[in-house]
Order: sequence, then structure tokens, then C-alpha cells
Amino acid sequence: MPVSLSLLLIAGVFITCGVYLMLERTLSRIILGFVLLGNGVNVLFIIAAGKPGLPPFEGSGDPAEMTDPLPFAMVLTAIVISLGITAFGMALAYRAWQLFGHDEVPDDVEDRRVLRRRRRRTTEETEHLPWSQALTEESRRGALAQSQGLLAHEDDDPLGSDLTSAEDVPQDATEADEGGAPPPPRAGRRRPDKGGTRPGDPPPGGRGAAPQTAQAPQSAQDMGSIPGAGPATDTDREHTDGRSEA
Amino acid sequence: MSIELLLALPVMLPLAGAAFTLLLRHYSRIQLWVAILTLTAIFTVSMVLGYYVSQEGVLVLQIGNWTPQLGIVLVADRLTALMLLVSSFVTLAVLVYSSAQTVSENTERTPVAIYHPTYLALVAGVSMAFLAGDLFNLYVGFEVLLAASYVLLTLGGSASRVRAATTYVIVSLLSSIIFLAAIAAVYSATGTVNLAELALRLDGLDPGIRMVLELMLLVAFGIKAAIFPLSAWLPDSYPTAPAPVTAVFAGLLTKVGIYAILRLETLLFPASQISNLLLAAAALSLLIGIFGAVAQTDLKRVLSFTLVSHMGYMLFGIGMVTQMGMAATIYYVAHHITVQSTLFLAAGLIEHRGGTTNLIKLGGLQKLAPVIAVLFFLPAMNLAGIPPFSGFIGKVGLIEAGIQYDRTSGWFLIAISVLTSLLTLYAIAKIWNRAFWQEPSAEIVARDVPLPKVMVGATAAMITFSLVLTVLAGPIMTYADNAASSILERTPYVSAVLGDEAAGELQYRIDDAGQRLDGDGQEVDE
Repeated sequence: MPVSLSLLLIAGVFITCGVYLMLERTLSRIILGFVLLGNGVNVLFIIAAGKPGLPPFEGSGDPAEMTDPLPFAMVLTAIVISLGITAFGMALAYRAWQLFGHDEVPDDVEDRRVLRRRRRRTTEETEHLPWSQALTEESRRGALAQSQGLLAHEDDDPLGSDLTSAEDVPQDATEADEGGAPPPPRAGRRRPDKGGTRPGDPPPGGRGAAPQTAQAPQSAQDMGSIPGAGPATDTDREHTDGRSEA
Repeated sequence: MSIELLLALPVMLPLAGAAFTLLLRHYSRIQLWVAILTLTAIFTVSMVLGYYVSQEGVLVLQIGNWTPQLGIVLVADRLTALMLLVSSFVTLAVLVYSSAQTVSENTERTPVAIYHPTYLALVAGVSMAFLAGDLFNLYVGFEVLLAASYVLLTLGGSASRVRAATTYVIVSLLSSIIFLAAIAAVYSATGTVNLAELALRLDGLDPGIRMVLELMLLVAFGIKAAIFPLSAWLPDSYPTAPAPVTAVFAGLLTKVGIYAILRLETLLFPASQISNLLLAAAALSLLIGIFGAVAQTDLKRVLSFTLVSHMGYMLFGIGMVTQMGMAATIYYVAHHITVQSTLFLAAGLIEHRGGTTNLIKLGGLQKLAPVIAVLFFLPAMNLAGIPPFSGFIGKVGLIEAGIQYDRTSGWFLIAISVLTSLLTLYAIAKIWNRAFWQEPSAEIVARDVPLPKVMVGATAAMITFSLVLTVLAGPIMTYADNAASSILERTPYVSAVLGDEAAGELQYRIDDAGQRLDGDGQEVDE
């Protein structure tokens, strides 16, 4: 089967760019990557249709010389499906932006907990010990007590070890936090960080103590020029499950 | 009116129901009843289909009377009918369960109006994937169920759900694209997407091209089925959804992937050279999944990890490609859909009573809520494979098939299966110890919420269904055995779609021992 080189090149370029964009961390770029990838794959279908021929209308010519219509039918279906999915993806990105102030793809809460646990072990300078002795008797008893629910939750593990507290955890400092805003102190990690997109504001120390009501108008004022920023604060409050305030 | 028209109902009914419930969005009670009625109808239809198919053989519906080469065909053989039956029962029970939950909590935050239509669209997608007679229709079925699952996962749009859904959506997008690219490649290599025609034409392809096509499709299905290297998305995204939604996802969506792999490895690429790869993936899924489950401290996460782990059992049966392995796999799929959904429903009950699924905060539920203890204990023991439950029967079937298989890889996997079963018991015992024994915290004692009878009833119905699978294990195994021999032989499927003449042109079939035979009964060397 002869294949059109230009179509193949177009598909290749689309798919390359699509894969590149899909590897980004912002959801909107990933969605763009998905659109490009989808278009590249659709071009692959057109290649699969083979050599172009006569339009495939009944009785308009010799069927052997007609273009194969089936791949085009499939491409149409695929386009419609990716349109719907893209719309959903953009809505999801918008919602993430409303809630978090950016649409970075978050790390998994559990992964971050595991990472933090390893960091903590390293700082305790236990890496020289064989692993069996790395846990002291005291910490072992503490872990047991904690597992039995006898101790209050360890305060150096603000995430908790479950998903119920996951709702209150802010995003990691990411690309969107331009200007390198200092990572918020652990005690203050209760609410999604609305102000994180601006460098150094609000001051790290006051974040945890300051009540949300005091912070919200300030954020709204600062972000007032951005459409959607005002309602974002309200929707956030409405949807954060109320557990952190309780 | 011919019986074939019944095949369209499992897809048409829920779609019509979805449209209807969307129109009735201001009347949530009527919505619920329409949805229940639709799913009951599907359940009845799949029972009729199951009976008919086991008596008369494969059913084919050509939509619009187009020829199979050009049009869309819906095909139901024994495997399809069984999957439809189990899935319609599970979706019905979960819907009834969720009716109590959406009423009792978070009513003001959850947009209930879109819950029922989306749920029915999900059912339509699942049925379509099971019934699809061509690859592209399978793709469309997948997309329908995925689009519905995105909406269900982000229901309410709270921060945690948006966070969890983001990963899920991106991974699913990627798998859809890979699937679509694979279809394009298959079409350019063979000129068709009809499964029966593909079975004929793929046999004649160059082994290298065959393998590329097979691997592309396998990656796409493997992501959906959460097979180990492609499974990391599952424990991140499932646990945050509402309990009934997680139950349906865990029970059904991964099994749709397994069903697709089952068709791929029998109808399209019989006893291919990658069966060892499947066995390796099965072993890794079993081990990594269960280690993850043991390490977790959140009930729903433990269950999600056991889900990843137990996908390995089904892949084990598929990888052996013997008749006994396939039969045990088919039985195991039916068992696992039921038991995994039941466990998530029970987890929902625990969350309802205890206010959390964090095992560290839970405790003392055995005394506080003995009903939940029973409702959790039975499916948990079933999952761990304690006799006499269906999990035990399925695992014994798989292990026996492994012994018959009699290769090093088979023995290796038997050892891992047994170890996994033991570790599952350990994970379950850990949940039991933390959530049901121990001293309850004052918080839980104070939180004395009554259990809605509907939720308890629906969970009990699911347990009854799994007990039916246990009691009727003999007939069901015979049914699964027939299903397995028919999918391994391949001719019944192809001749039902394309006619006997075409079926005669099939180059390969698989014998009981998993060897690929050509038309004269000679073994084929790779």
C-alpha cells in the first residue's frame, strides 16, 4: 500500500508535539497535548484509508476506484468523542484553577506522605544503622500507640495518614508559584493556598493563625482584575467540606 | 420479532433512561424509580440472553442490516451473557444502595440531578463494551463509560475529588489515544475492525506486525484493567469518590479491561508469544498490589490495592491460555466483580457509622454495629479465599489449572497466588483488628447514626448473590467451562458472525492444553 509521506510527517509532528505537551504539569497544556495527539491519530486513520480515489457515492462510479469511506466515518466519531472529552477536561482545569489558583496536576497525597517519612528518617541520622535497629524501642511503642488511637495525631505529619485529611492539604509549591514563594510552614497547612501565585504574600507565619475571613477580602482585592477570582473564594469555602473549620 | 433484537436492549434501555431521567431532573424520586426500573429490565434481559445463549449458541445482531464488514454488529456468546448478568445485578444493587446515601447526606452539595443520568450512561457504556462485535465499537463503549466515570468521580467538584480525578482523567485520556492509534494500525494492516474478520485476517499476518498490534492493544486495555506497571493511577483516584461510585468502578470498570484482554488473547491473537509477558505481569500485580495493601492505613486504599493485586489472578488464568485456566478466570471475574463491589459498599457503611475510613481513627465497631461487622466479614473472608466461599473455588480452579499447565512459570505463579491469598488475609485481619476490635474512641460512640435499611439491604443482597455463586458453583463452572472452550475454539464466534464458510478459513485454534494448532491439528511453533 503506497503511503503519502506528507500525511505521515504531519501525523508524526502532531504526535510528537502532543506527547511533549502531555508531559507538562499544567492540566490545560495536557488537554492541548491531548487535542494534538488526537489529531495526529486521526491523520493516521486517513493514512489507513489508502490512496485517495473517487467520492464514495452509490452509483457514481466504479467501486474499485472509490476512497475507502470507513476510516473517515471512524475519524468523525473520534473527533466528536475528543470534543466532548476536551470540553470536560477544560472544565476540570477551570475548576482546579478556581479551587487552587492554578491547574497543576497534584502529587498523590500518599506518595508525598511516603516521601516525607523517608526524609524524616534521614534527618534522624538513622541511616548508619542496620534497618532492623533503625526504629528505636520508643518510636516503635509510639507508633503502636498511635495505631491504637491512644495518641493524638503526630503533628509533624500534617497530612495524617488517611484521605479524610487530604482535603485540607494545599498543593506543593509548583511552577505556578512564580517568584519562589517560600513553602508554607507545616503548622499553617490547613487550607488550599489562595494567595500562592503572588511572591511572598501573605506572610508565611500569619497564614495559619489568620482566620479565613480576614484573608479572603484581601485576596479578592488583589486578584480583582482577574475574572472569576472573586467567586473562586466563595466556591472554595463552600466545597472544602467544612472539616478544617470544625 | 426475533430474539436478536434483545441484544440492543442492554445499550438502548440505559441510554433512553439517561435521557428520560435528565428530563425529570427536578423530581429525584421519579428519577430513582426510572433508573431502578431500567436496570431491572436489563437484568431480566441478560438472564434471558444467558439462558438462550447457553442453549442455542452465539447470538448476533446486525444493526440496520448492514453486512458485518461495513456495519455495527452486537455479539453475545456465553462469556458476554455472564458478564452482562453479573454487571447488571451489581449496578442495580449499587443504585439501590446509593439511593439511601444521596438522600441522607450532602444533599445540598451533591448535584443529585445528574447522578442518575450519568450512572445510566455508565451502564450503557459497560454493556456496549461487553456486546461490541468490532474494535471501534469497543472503543466507543469504553469512551462512553469513561466519560460517565469522569463525571461520577468529580461529583460535587470538591477539592479532593478534583485532585483525584485529574490523575484519573489524564491516564484514561492516554489509554484512549493508544487504543485509537492501535485501531488505526489494525485497520491499515488488515482493512477491517470487525472482530470476527480480524480473527481471520490477523492469522495470516507477519508475526512481527502481529506482535506490535497486540502489544498496542494490550497496553490500552492493561491501563483500564490496572495491570501492575500500568496500575499506579487506581489507588490514587478511586478512594475519594463516594462509596457507591467506587464500588461500581472497582467492580466493573477494571473487569471491562480484563474482558477486552480475554477477547484479545483468544479471538484475535490466540496463544500468542506474549503469554509469558502476561504471566510476569500477573505475578508482579499480585505481589506489588498486596504489599501496597498491607502498608496502607486507610480502609478504601487497602481495598483499592487488593483490587490491583487480584487483577493478577485473572491475568494468570488468561496467560496460561488452557481451557481450565480460562474457565477458572471467567468464574473468578464473576466472583470478583461481586465481592469487590460488596466490600466497597461495606466500607461505605463503615464510613457512615464511624465517620471516617481511616483505620487509626476507627475502632470497636463489632460491638457498636454488629450488622456492619457481619456485612464486612463475609465478603472479606470471600476475598481472602477462605473455604467454602466462591473466592476459594475460583482460586482452587486457577491453581489446579496452573498444576495442569506444568511449566516453571506456572509453578512460580501458583506459589505467588498462595502467598498473595495469605497476605490478603493478613490485610483483611488488619482491617478487622483496627476497625472492629480495639476500644472505640468517644467520637465514634457519640456518633450514633442509624443505618439506613436500604443500604444494609442492598449490601446483604450483594452478599446473597456471592453466596449464590458459591452454592451454584457446579453449574456455573460448567457454564464457564463451555464458555472457555467456545472462546478457545474461536469457530463458534466467527461462524455466527460471518457464516460457517468463513469459519473454516480460520488458521489456528487452541487445544485444551493451550497449544496453538493449525487447521490440521498440528502444533505451530513460533
